[in-house]
Amino acid sequence: MKTICKFLLVVLFGISINHVFAQHIPVYNFEEFEPILHQENDTTYVINFWATWCIPCVKELPEFEKVNLKFQSQKFKMILVSLDFKSQIENTVIPFIKENKIQSEVVLLSDPNANSWINKVNKDWTGSIPVTIIYNKNFYFFREGTMNFNEINQIITKNLIK
Amino acid sequence: MKRLFITLFISCITSSLLLAEGYKVGDKATDFSLKNIDGHIISLKDFKDAKGFIIIFTCNHCPFSVAYEDRIIALDKKYKQVGFPVIAINPNDSTVVPSDSYSNMIVRAEEKNFPFPYLLDADQSITAAYGATRTPHVFLLQKKGGKLIVRYIGAIDDNYEEPQNVTKHYLSDAIDALLDNKKPNPDFTKAIGCSIKYQK
Repeated sequence: MKTICKFLLVVLFGISINHVFAQHIPVYNFEEFEPILHQENDTTYVINFWATWCIPCVKELPEFEKVNLKFQSQKFKMILVSLDFKSQIENTVIPFIKENKIQSEVVLLSDPNANSWINKVNKDWTGSIPVTIIYNKNFYFFREGTMNFNEINQIITKNLIK
Repeated sequence: MKRLFITLFISCITSSLLLAEGYKVGDKATDFSLKNIDGHIISLKDFKDAKGFIIIFTCNHCPFSVAYEDRIIALDKKYKQVGFPVIAINPNDSTVVPSDSYSNMIVRAEEKNFPFPYLLDADQSITAAYGATRTPHVFLLQKKGGKLIVRYIGAIDDNYEEPQNVTKHYLSDAIDALLDNKKPNPDFTKAIGCSIKYQK
């Protein structure tokens, strides 16, 4: 009996651990996603476009997680926008999030006619990722390319609405 | 001497600006001599009968490139006959992405039986000159009076994920327009793709 109890405990523990990191990932088309780029409240947003297949994106994710950890109790919101294929959510994206213990909110933007929406995100965006937008109602920053903790931290610290 | 320095300085700035900018539609594109997967050096001037070229910067590792492989093969088969062959160029530095190395290009080309040249831009100078920023990234060239003119830049079509749901065939529409002596419309589109990995 004791062994069974132990076994059950281990199984239950395993499930709960999985549950903590098993985020539900909302899937948006661009029209549904677009309001995230234009919030007019006191919150400062960091929007990072990434994908599990994007080597530089995956490399910089820990920097974003560090930023999220630092500012999450303030008027701040980090959204990691995955551009992975919709068909890859279960097999690739969710396992990736679990494995890397990603805490920031992840959404999936699935709208294959990117030509119709890339310019609406930013007209300077050529289409490669990573891309990062940091904004609130008072300021706006856009970067096509990688960023590190110090850069993001500096921008947020300077512009955060207290 | 001072003037020489100033001239040099200005030309350095101009050339770096040109590199950063890349081509726009209507620009004259450069020919190149790049190594194919069969070991031969390929130049566009070797294709005497071509009316133009479908230059596609693409690679092994990028899922968008992989998603388009079959469509690129079909494009080559269709348009080579009417004078617009596909020339694929791998722009990535293999020290950054080992799966995009020359030997892995050979493997992939054999697996997929690529009917078109698959070239390596080893020093990445052609990639920079064209201004390719992602894979796949298309530059459609047309021969005119011995020059290569850029006629279309951008995506292959409007659905990377589901070929059966493509509604706009940007690239083939652009080639059809050229074959019809018309200007492609649109002549520039954007797409999501893998960033090109430059040597560090």
